[in-house]
This record gives sequence, structure tokens and C-alpha cells, in this order.
Amino acid sequence: MRKLIGISMIVLLSACASQTTQPDDDETAGNGMGSGMGGSELMGSDSGRPSYFNQLNDPTSILSQRSVYYDFDSYTVKSEYRELVLAHARFLRDNPSASVMLQGNTDDRGSREYNLALGQRRADSVRNMMTLAGARDVQIESVSFGEEKPRTYGSGEAAWGQNRRTDIVYRGE
Amino acid sequence: MRFLFSENVMVMIMLGLKSMRGMLVVLFCLISTPLFAQLNIEIFGGGASRIPVAIVPFADETKLSQSITPVISADLMRTGLFRLIDPAGAMPHAPAEIVYADWANRGTSALVIGRVVPLSSGQVEIQFRVMDVATKSQLTGLSLTVPVTQLRTAAHRVADVIYEALTGDVGVFSTRIAYVLKRGNKYALQVADADGYNAQSIIEYTEPIISPAWSPDGTRLAYVSFEDKKPVVYVQTLTTRERRAVASFKGSNSAPAWSPDGSRLAVVLTGQGGSQIFLVNVDGSGLQRLSKSSGIDTEPNFSPDGRYILFTSDRGGSPQIYRMPVSVTESGSAERMTFEGNYNVSPDYSQDGKSFTFIHRHNGQFNVAVQEIGSRQMQILTNSKFDESPSFAPNGKMILYATEINGHGILSAVSRDGQTRQHLTVQSGDIREPAWGPLPKWK
Repeated sequence: MRKLIGISMIVLLSACASQTTQPDDDETAGNGMGSGMGGSELMGSDSGRPSYFNQLNDPTSILSQRSVYYDFDSYTVKSEYRELVLAHARFLRDNPSASVMLQGNTDDRGSREYNLALGQRRADSVRNMMTLAGARDVQIESVSFGEEKPRTYGSGEAAWGQNRRTDIVYRGE
Repeated sequence: MRFLFSENVMVMIMLGLKSMRGMLVVLFCLISTPLFAQLNIEIFGGGASRIPVAIVPFADETKLSQSITPVISADLMRTGLFRLIDPAGAMPHAPAEIVYADWANRGTSALVIGRVVPLSSGQVEIQFRVMDVATKSQLTGLSLTVPVTQLRTAAHRVADVIYEALTGDVGVFSTRIAYVLKRGNKYALQVADADGYNAQSIIEYTEPIISPAWSPDGTRLAYVSFEDKKPVVYVQTLTTRERRAVASFKGSNSAPAWSPDGSRLAVVLTGQGGSQIFLVNVDGSGLQRLSKSSGIDTEPNFSPDGRYILFTSDRGGSPQIYRMPVSVTESGSAERMTFEGNYNVSPDYSQDGKSFTFIHRHNGQFNVAVQEIGSRQMQILTNSKFDESPSFAPNGKMILYATEINGHGILSAVSRDGQTRQHLTVQSGDIREPAWGPLPKWK
């Protein structure tokens, strides 16, 4: 199944590439989608790599930061992450074709399903802040990984604190 | 589908244990084809009340590819309820051949005798009797005909009959269990016989799998897979491996629970805000919202009569177990069930609907507990640190759950009264999310 999806993605991508590039433009296409400034608008959000990823991945930009961390048993976005969340919200507002998945995570203590719900609450708290700041609902899907995908294994506050977080993942990234 | 892991996993489930005092530690080494797997079973609890039973090797069973009586003996032994008496050379196969005085002298209270008769067309007939030594009478007897490929299954059925005759309880040796095995970055949803044999991967991914739930008829599993980079609820038929995404809505989809008639699932969805319980037909149609809180409602579990759902909710400020009617109009009248402590989660009804098992946190530990629904009396059954996912055996005598030893996920089973516990370990990897399957249809 995954293989099938993978193959169809490749087919889709190559289809896009052939649609938007003439045979004699092959070199340009080979140089990467990132250089095709207007390309992303023409091609839509599901076509390869829109130009706005340059901005998102600029290490000097706050947009390159993608994780919000939480206190124990809390889903409140702490003030230190407010600017980060708002920056992404504004970015989504200004780039209507961009969309994100907000992935909530918890530490590994307690029930897996209850932790899934707690992780969801964390992702939802970021979503609410983003929609209030101008991002549209359709641009955001908030989901939870619960305790299933820890960034750090092990116990103790150092590991647990790393795992109590929401990751902002742009689609197509 | 691939069948990774199945060759060298041993899961042993201890069944139907009664109250015992003292402590007994048993170490079993079991051979699983083709690799050797070592399994450590510790039985905590005394053997003062064990029933002395002799199992005479059945006539002609050594001619079969799989002897019957060793499987029966292993089943009965693992319960901790029986003491096996060595036949010491006596080989009766029919009632007329039994010298009762000899067996009485050896302290035997029950005697199992029988024979196998290979038939044409690859079938075998197994005839056996359970004899009461004191009264010199037959307690029960049965003849069953099975394909030679299903001799282990037949042996479990015989063990069930013996168990029922000697304890009065339904045997669960013929049941299956499901669980998730994590090895490295691979997750396998596996199904195995209750004695750990015939482990098969139903599905395997490099993304997590959680919350397997058996359909009431034992033919399908619902579970949550993260293969699409978010939790989605699937239902999969075990024989055909055919599967279908039943809940794949925007947001997270999780915590499937079967209605007792097998027609619907309760699932938890997040698309309408919060984590809330919905009902959906098994084909994915007919979605309707059931719980209506502004907080977390999750881990639904149907009562055996299908009228109620137990679930975990934080509506009162801390996660507690609630019960609501399975009716869209009445589901607002949820009743809080647990009151001790500030963390009670993961409810699972007993088959008679009179009690439920759950995880209770106290002193920083997460333990298996049981509560009577009528009296609200709660009993903590374990004393480990990180217990999860308790699941009642279909005869209500044992609870299977996940726990942790030395940082590894293992399965464990505890008797309903907490008197007897076993740790069941696999050689490598983490084993978690156990679900005890239903009784087979012929029961």
C-alpha cells in the first residue's frame, strides 16, 4: 500500500514536471523547483515544492522553528512560543495555498489513548491560536501522535519535556 | 502481507487461576518452531488447593505429528490450579482398565484417559474421558474428529473440557489474543493462540499501531494505525487480511470499541473539537456523535448487553471513568463511576457486565484495578509501576495487561482476585496493547 502511494506520488510529481516544463527547459526543472518563483502559483499547492519553502526553511527566520513545548500536564502555549505560533499563522494567512499538520505529542506516562487525547489538545491549542491570527481552518489539520512517536526515549524530565510538544509540519515538506 | 516475527515469539497466557496462598515460581522453557524462544513465567501464589490430576498419554497418539496430552498438560499446568500426577507406567485407555486403588494411593483425584484413531482423508478422532477416582465414575467424556493439521487446537478443546469438569468455570485455552509487538522501528499487530503458539502478524508497519479490539465473533480486529501520519481506525478480517479504514476523518481517529452485536464501532474523533465519542457502522457509514462534553471523552467500551458505554473523561478535572447510555438522546446523562484517586483510565467490562477493570494511579504507580459496578467497591490487583491496557479473559477469571520490566514492555496476567500473577516475556522487542479474544463460536 505504502509502496503504491509512493509510486503514484512519483508518477504525480513527474506528471507535474512534464506539464510545466517544455523539453528544452529540462535544465531549469532539474535545477530544482525552488527556483521556479511563479511556478508554485501555477502548479498549486500539491505540486512538488512551492517557493514559500525557501522562506520557511531560512534558518534566520522564526518560521524555521517548528516545535512548541509544554509544561507537565499542560496544553497552554507558553508565552515564549507565542511569537513562533503567530509567525506561522501570519504566514498561512499570507500564503493561502500553504497548509500545515499540527502534531501533538505527550510523554509516555499513562494510558496511550488518553495521551492521544492530551496530544490532540496540545495541537488544538496551537490551531486555535493560529486561526484567531488569520489562518483559515482548511489550512490546518491538528492531529495527535500521543506518546507513540517520542523525540527522545527514556524517562526523566529531560526526555519527557522534549516529548511534550506540538510540531508544525507543512504539507509537501 | 508479510509474517515477520511470528517464528520466534512466545507469548504465554495463564488462564483461569484461582485463589492461592504462598509463592511458587515456575520456569518454563518452550520450543517454538523454528527458533528457540525462552519464556519466563513466574506464578505468584501458593498451591495448597491445587487439584491432583493424572493425564495418561492417549493410546496411539505418538503416531500423530503432534501428541495431544503434552499440550493438555501444559495448558492445565499454566493455570497454577492443578498438580500433575505421574502415571508411573500405568497406561489405562478405557474405564475397564483403570485400577482405581492405585490412583487413589498416589493421591490422584481425577484421571484423564483416551485414545486417538487416525481416519482416512487426513482426519483424526480423539476420544477421551475424565474419571473421578473417589467415586470411580466418569465426570465427562467426548469424542471429536479433526483434521491432522489442527491437533493443537483439538488439544486445547480437550483441555477446556477437562478444566470445566474440574473447576466449574468455562475454559479459555481455545481463545486467541492480539497484541502489538515493537521491534526496532517496526510495529506488528499479531494474533496468537492463548498459549502463544501460531503467532501471526496481521499487519506490520514502521509507524505505530495501537488499540486492537476483537470483533465479538472473533473474525475481525479493529485497530489504530499511524501509517498515514495520523491516527486512523481500521477494521481487518483475519482470514482474508482484507481491511478498510472505518474512521479516517480530519483530525485524529482512535479508540475503537465493538458493539456486542458486531454491527457498530464506538470511535473517538477530534474533528468537531476536543476528543469525543462517536458511533459508526462497521462499513464506515452512519456516523453519529454520542458524547457531548467540551473536554476529553475517550476509551469507550460497550457493556455486554450493549446498553451502556464506559469511557474515560476529564470533564470533572481529572481523568475518571464514566458510564453513559448508548443512545444519542440519553448520552448526556453520563454517570461518574470512579472516585478514588485522580487518574482512572482504560475501562474494560467483564463478560457478565457486573464489574470492569481499569488502570488506577496511586503513589505514582499505574496499576490494574477492578471495580464492582453495583457496590462500587474497588480492588487494586497489581503492584508494578507502569501497567496499561487491561483486558478481561472471556471467562472473567484473569486480566491480561501490558507492563514494563527493566524498561521492556511485556504482557502479564493477573487473576481476578489478585492472588496470582504471571509475567510473560518475549526474547526481544516490546510487547504491548494486549486484547483477549472472545470464546470460540462452538462454546
